[in-house]
Amino acid sequence: MSVETERSSTESSAASGLDFEDTALTLRLPGSSSSDTDRKRASTSDPSCRSPSAAASDSPPSPKYAARVVGWPPVRSYRKNALATAAASKFVKVAVDGAPYLRKVDLTAYAGYTSSTSYDQLLAALQDKFFSHLTFRKLGNQEMKLVDTVSGTEYVPTYEDKDGDWMLVGDVPWRMFVETCQRLRLMKSSEAVNLAPRAAR
Amino acid sequence: MSTPRSSASSPDPIPHKSVTLAPSLGMRDPEEDSDSTPSRMSEDDDCSGGGGGGGWTPDLRGGGGRWAPPDQVLEIVLESVLEFLTAARDRNAASLVCRSWYRAEAQTRRELFIGNCYAVSPRRAVERFGGVRAVVLKGKPRFADFSLVPHGWGAYVSPWFAALGPAYPRLERICLKRMTVSDDELALIPRSFPLFKELSLVCCDGFSTRGLAIIAEGCRHLRVLDLTEDYFHEEENEVVDWISKFPESNTSLESLVFDCVSVPFNFEALEALVARSPALRRLRVNDHVSIEQLRCLMARAPRLTHLGTGSFRSEPGSGGTSSVSELATSFAASRSLVCLSGFLDVNAEYLPAIYPVCANLTSLNFSFASLTAEEIIPVINHCVSLRTFWVLDTVGDEGLRAVAETCSDLRELRVFPLDATEDSEGSVSDIGLQAISEGCRKLESILYFCQRMTNAAVIAMSENCPNLVVFRLCIMGRHRPDRITGEPMDEGFGAIVMNCKKLTRLSVSGLLTDKAFAYIGKYGKLIKTLSIAFAGNSDMSLQHVFEGCTRLQKLEVRDSPFGDKGLLSGMNYFYNMRFFWMNSCRLTAKGCRDVAQQMPNLVVEVMKEHPEDEGETDTVDKLYLYRSLAGPRNDAPSFVNIL
Repeated sequence: MSVETERSSTESSAASGLDFEDTALTLRLPGSSSSDTDRKRASTSDPSCRSPSAAASDSPPSPKYAARVVGWPPVRSYRKNALATAAASKFVKVAVDGAPYLRKVDLTAYAGYTSSTSYDQLLAALQDKFFSHLTFRKLGNQEMKLVDTVSGTEYVPTYEDKDGDWMLVGDVPWRMFVETCQRLRLMKSSEAVNLAPRAAR
Repeated sequence: MSTPRSSASSPDPIPHKSVTLAPSLGMRDPEEDSDSTPSRMSEDDDCSGGGGGGGWTPDLRGGGGRWAPPDQVLEIVLESVLEFLTAARDRNAASLVCRSWYRAEAQTRRELFIGNCYAVSPRRAVERFGGVRAVVLKGKPRFADFSLVPHGWGAYVSPWFAALGPAYPRLERICLKRMTVSDDELALIPRSFPLFKELSLVCCDGFSTRGLAIIAEGCRHLRVLDLTEDYFHEEENEVVDWISKFPESNTSLESLVFDCVSVPFNFEALEALVARSPALRRLRVNDHVSIEQLRCLMARAPRLTHLGTGSFRSEPGSGGTSSVSELATSFAASRSLVCLSGFLDVNAEYLPAIYPVCANLTSLNFSFASLTAEEIIPVINHCVSLRTFWVLDTVGDEGLRAVAETCSDLRELRVFPLDATEDSEGSVSDIGLQAISEGCRKLESILYFCQRMTNAAVIAMSENCPNLVVFRLCIMGRHRPDRITGEPMDEGFGAIVMNCKKLTRLSVSGLLTDKAFAYIGKYGKLIKTLSIAFAGNSDMSLQHVFEGCTRLQKLEVRDSPFGDKGLLSGMNYFYNMRFFWMNSCRLTAKGCRDVAQQMPNLVVEVMKEHPEDEGETDTVDKLYLYRSLAGPRNDAPSFVNIL
């Protein structure tokens, strides 16, 4: 299995891909980010795209990868899911305020990406599983919302942690989230006001 | 007007001969000329017209805006003759000869193939073709399979069903790939098409067992219901017992494939259904079927040719546990089996049960079975007639060597990774590829996932397997060079395009420079589909491809250092292609807009990672451009910007 190094929640490693700093441990508060541009580029990371000086040469780059890339290797999710049933999975129930039934998502399916991408993928999957008219919107300050484009209702993704508290999704590094998350709830924005405030950025 | 055709009802759905029906039943008047020019024919696949067209459009209106009445005898003869043309390319060519050939062809085309559902409007398609019996529709670009197309992008079947319903009451077959179909849309099928016979859904989404129930219940003449790798999102408590909804009398079912409908179902109903479907030849069940249940089904359908074996694991029920020899007896009784798949949760101890049929197998799919070389070699040794083999890389180079030694008739090989990550161990390598190339000289199609590869092995394959039509090599680690020499993989892929003169589909990977693409452009003259990922140095790569690959239809590119210059080098070629997809490269909005402005019959869709970015110099994350007679679509979501 892939070797996952502990990394800071900033996930800025994805941008350059090959630097020593990327795999080093650092002390940082959860949720703090070094720069927005790094987060922007996090989702499909390609070392050769980001560092032109390295790209043009014929020299083979290091075979270590800072983070996974979406959709690579190109294996259909149908096949991945079918083969993954044997592997360890963590299914959590997902409830949406106002919807009559629950869904389940397997949080281990989004492992290995940058935290930002993992959260993106989770929200995209939630969108898939619920209503096609829910749009995932990520606002400038990294807050995540799902909006029902038909009724205009906003939902905020929240989760119940091991202590039974309801937290906003997206604050902690992905791996910590997977470990502590017991269930997910897409809460209407109007009801989410009482949740623990986000860590200051 | 055409005269009634002779009564020749064909039992086989493919290819279509004419079906007898009175001409008064909605037969379209061929004089209702649409104002479309037929030259582009972008609705059809492999259009030879596209390659040679180059902008010429014939004027079929005749001289001076008036046209002569059709020569009825000639039309009748023509239509009878054109019945025999089934290939779309031939039909496209025939339709260009003259106006009466155009009309005759339009009335006699039985299968409508739409390679890109947005390339033509449904209205236009049904206006031209009056006698269609089968429709094939493809929607999302292939990279949607790898989560690269955001949810809600499009490819909805609704406008098509809305047009097909009234236009083709005699429609018999629908095949959809990568489209979104709802249960309510599925419900339209039995209502609109009383003679409906075949439904095939591949990589589709949006429907559930409720829709399947409606099909089962409503389509009384159903012969084929094939569900392949579709996406289901049902919870177990929502599942409908669709299998019970088939007609209670004997059915016409020939093929029932539902391995992707991975929810529990009513097994007794399936058993009874199989028992009253005497024509059933293909049955692929899901992983909720145990060996004991499989035996029941096989007993009810001894003439099966294609069997998807479900879990291939014992689940003792009221009848107790089946032993390996009992299962072997069941297989021995299925003398017609030529294709086996399934093994979705296989217990390898039961594999010897299939020995009785191995010698006759032409197709074997173990790609969901995590088997070792030790487990697979005894099985493979029996499979002397194998032509198609899908397997997981867990069998290793050793397992592949056994395949090479036994399956000298192999035409198609696919080796999938158990662990589809870049830094996985990877159990197959250049050694396995080399062995296959030496043993399976007739190979035509290969898909091979690995972590270690050498140019030498790829060159060997190019020399040993000159009949290769499809070569897809996926070295999973990005930018991996030759594992022995450390060189880029240019020479290997160069040899493939040079030596495999029939090659039409190529997927490249590993460390590749512009040189590889120079080879591809120089030698890949028949290539229709090309997939590029993490490759090339500069825009020259794209230029080589556009200028050299004159038959290119579909180009998919991701994460490569290509920018606007590369994009623009394709300007003269985009009309000859079905589509061009490019994501995570270096395109800017300006470059894409330049293309859109210069090419009016091209739809240029861009998706930015952050839609609020308005700047022209900002990079475009995803580009999807395609020729179209329909113009920009009106169902694009907010994250798609059509330039």
